[in-house]
Amino acid sequence: MIPEIGHFALILALCVSIIQGVLPLIGAQQGRREWLVLARPATQISFLLLAISFGVLAWCFYVNDFSVLYVAEHSNSQLPTVYRLGAVWGGHEGSLLLWIFLLTGWAFAVAQLSKTLDEFMVARVLGVLGLVATGLLLFVLGTSNPFERLIPAAQDGRSLNPLLQDPGLVFHPPMLYMGYVGFSVAFAFAIASLLSGRLDAAWARWSRPWTTTAWIFLTLGIALGSWWAYYELGWGGWWFWDPVENASFMPWLIGTALIHSLVVTEKRGGFKNWTVLLAIMAFSMSLLGTFLVRSGVLTSVHAFATDPRRGIFILLLLSLVVGSSLFLYALRAPKSTLGGKFSLLSRETLILLGNVFFVVAAGSVLLGTLYPLLIDALNLGKISVGPPYFNAVFVPIMVPVLFLMAVGPWASWKTTDLKTLLKRLWLAAVVAFVAAIIIPSLIGEFTILTALGFLLAFWVIASGVLQIIRQCKVGMPTRSFIGMQLGHMGIAVFVIGVTMVGAYQEEKDVRMAPGDTVTVGGYQIRLMGVGPAQGPNYQAMRGTFELMRNGKVQELMYPEKRNYDSSTMPMTEAAIDAGLTRDIYVSLGEPLEGNAWAVRVYYKPFVDWIWGGCLLMALGGLFAVLDKRYRLRVKK
Amino acid sequence: MLNKFLSSLLLTLFISIVYADEATPLATDPVLEQRLISISEEMRCLVCQNESLSGSRSELAQDLRREIRDLIRQGKTDAEIRTFMVDRYGDFILYRPPVKPTTWLLWIGPFVLMIAGITALLMYLRRRNSQVSSIALSDDENKRIDALLRDDK
Amino acid sequence: MKAKFIIPLLLFVVLVGFLAVGLSRDPREVPSPLINKPAPAFKVPQLADPNKSFSPEDLKGQVWVLNVWASWCVACREEHPMLVELGKSQVAPLIGLDYKDKRADAMEMLARQGNPYNLSAMDNDGRVGINYGVYGVPETYVIDKAGIIRFKQIGPITKDVLDKSIYPIIAQLNKA
Repeated sequence: MIPEIGHFALILALCVSIIQGVLPLIGAQQGRREWLVLARPATQISFLLLAISFGVLAWCFYVNDFSVLYVAEHSNSQLPTVYRLGAVWGGHEGSLLLWIFLLTGWAFAVAQLSKTLDEFMVARVLGVLGLVATGLLLFVLGTSNPFERLIPAAQDGRSLNPLLQDPGLVFHPPMLYMGYVGFSVAFAFAIASLLSGRLDAAWARWSRPWTTTAWIFLTLGIALGSWWAYYELGWGGWWFWDPVENASFMPWLIGTALIHSLVVTEKRGGFKNWTVLLAIMAFSMSLLGTFLVRSGVLTSVHAFATDPRRGIFILLLLSLVVGSSLFLYALRAPKSTLGGKFSLLSRETLILLGNVFFVVAAGSVLLGTLYPLLIDALNLGKISVGPPYFNAVFVPIMVPVLFLMAVGPWASWKTTDLKTLLKRLWLAAVVAFVAAIIIPSLIGEFTILTALGFLLAFWVIASGVLQIIRQCKVGMPTRSFIGMQLGHMGIAVFVIGVTMVGAYQEEKDVRMAPGDTVTVGGYQIRLMGVGPAQGPNYQAMRGTFELMRNGKVQELMYPEKRNYDSSTMPMTEAAIDAGLTRDIYVSLGEPLEGNAWAVRVYYKPFVDWIWGGCLLMALGGLFAVLDKRYRLRVKK
Repeated sequence: MLNKFLSSLLLTLFISIVYADEATPLATDPVLEQRLISISEEMRCLVCQNESLSGSRSELAQDLRREIRDLIRQGKTDAEIRTFMVDRYGDFILYRPPVKPTTWLLWIGPFVLMIAGITALLMYLRRRNSQVSSIALSDDENKRIDALLRDDK
Repeated sequence: MKAKFIIPLLLFVVLVGFLAVGLSRDPREVPSPLINKPAPAFKVPQLADPNKSFSPEDLKGQVWVLNVWASWCVACREEHPMLVELGKSQVAPLIGLDYKDKRADAMEMLARQGNPYNLSAMDNDGRVGINYGVYGVPETYVIDKAGIIRFKQIGPITKDVLDKSIYPIIAQLNKA
């Protein structure tokens, strides 16, 4: 009975979304006020219905209702409660429901926080969001209904893939989807302005906080995914350029270009067409990512179970949404006016140049990800495009971006002269070069790549510090300013992490019997013993290791080899001792003869700076969103 | 006799506990293993859902790593080992796509995009400035705008 | 409307075209680079009598079919009836290559399910499989009179594959 409520709520939501999508848009076009005003209430009802539907599904998991097929496929009575809830989005149908739930949530937020916005604009924005929701609801109800029944009900469920039984599952998809879905708001604002024929700075001002918020979530979502892969998969890597990872990274790259472009459009009225195109592209990338992950078109560790019918449907949806947007763009964009004038060397140009690099980066990632498909479709054979390609291509594109990051904030709007820039930046350049030469030489091996990493990171940091000093002399920095500094510093911190780990990590694959020690990165790790352990739904062999430095025991580490009741493949649960300047990573391999075990240990210097940098970026975004002028606006 | 035996046994035991070994590397030849890792890292595990040959625990991956070890011992170069794999499994097994006519677009693409992007940008800026200068503002208007911009940081 | 504004739409249409074609492809299938190349040489013990050996040389001058199978392979059981049919048709010798298997298990399976092969050879360590580009059993090769591989079937042989690909190729190669 209860699952049917969830199903029914979805059907109702579809009807409401159609109303929300169609009537306000026509109303705005024809000036019919009665239809315009339907937008907000429709959005609110839509959200309520999705909340009910999602809540019902969560309830089914909580009470172990195995008469629901989706629950039976992804959960199990032995599964700890928190993972039963995470399992709601552990598979295709449920994660799609989460997607739509968050979409209506964002629309609801826009409806509530747009009281001062022109009602024609509101109607159009909510209308577009309604149309997107309609498409997705049709998809869910047509091909991916999470409430489908299993008759007769299963005795117990198949359970969740052990890899997913981890806190990472609880946070990573929701964060990621908040980001993906959040770009739909910028998209809706862009379409709304194209429809109204009024492309002005006000639209950019409205879009900015929404876009930045979505960007914050996407940054956190990607960082979480990377961190989760690092500690869960047991091989210490943090990014594999897997198609699904790329599917989340491309919207991020476009999104970063977008938030910078919006700054210019808001302040100087420039780049309107370009910003609108970026907004369309960012959400298109989100939809494309959704397609790639669920259609079976690419091989990936992340891919959901696929069904060609679903692939066709999403492709149709993608074509309609993006195709019609780009068509509208082709029609309306030429009509927009230009903004203020600016010279070849100005903040505007530097931001625009940065945009070019971000878009080229996104384009390259897209090219690499889809190239195997392209070649296969043309019957030219089968190739693989993996990390060696992406690393070779992506790093050179990002180098100029890092360079610009330190220069842009010093450039004035409209025009800036080269002499002034050089005067501001020479000290940062010196610091950067010194760091690039000294640090690698001190730590160990000096390579060009390592030096380059430190050069760029310290270039950005030094420039940022100088900016902060200068600003503080003039007055209290705005939150916007702090946000920018944190964002840029975040990237520098990230680059330091990547450079250190890439250049100086150590790995040892050894045979250890109780009492044996292995030395790595200046630490000694001694095996005390390996014994059995029991979890709620698994049996394990747990090793006890002493982590020592200079003969003193610092920490005990407990890596495990788990055998889940629901799976035949043993799972490695690595033990990590995390620290500000290094991680020590111990992983149990196979048991060997003579009471010994195969053990793999890693010393990973500064690896946590990778995700620390992402956190800083997200924090920067938060400061930017909380800037006072947005507060004032709401109060009025 | 027995006492001597027992005491030497105890002594050996004692020594082996106190002077517990530095763990021996799993691989019989760590240098070879390093080379194996760097070669197999750039190859695909054909039976996995996108994992490298170096990390995969599948049987085929283990067999292929064993082959690569043999080839290394036989003194083959990295290029020869790659050719060995490609002869049997095609270009699909390489994560670094070989540069051939079908992949020119792939390898040149980003570079071309970059040049195209920067060129388009320069052209746009030139054109824009000539267009905008025809909508010149008065000095007074300019001053007002600058003032507004300063406040509105 | 100005021409340049329609470029994004055009690029997108091209992209969708490729994605649509991609939906009909299997991204994990590894086509064989050995088609139209000589079948790699090997010499391994026979399953029935390990004192005897088998080598592709033995069948030079004939068109023959090599089927890679194993007792632990579930999909092999699916294609077994097709192999029986192929064996009965007598259009070409059917040689089995027992891949990474235990002799006892393999013999037992053939005894239980029937033996469609003229003979089976054992590839215990998988080396022959690697030389033939085997990555998942079952896989089947059609080899011509000169010892060149002319066709490879990845995955179980279905009635369709048998009728539309294997029989025609064998017939064609036999005429030559």
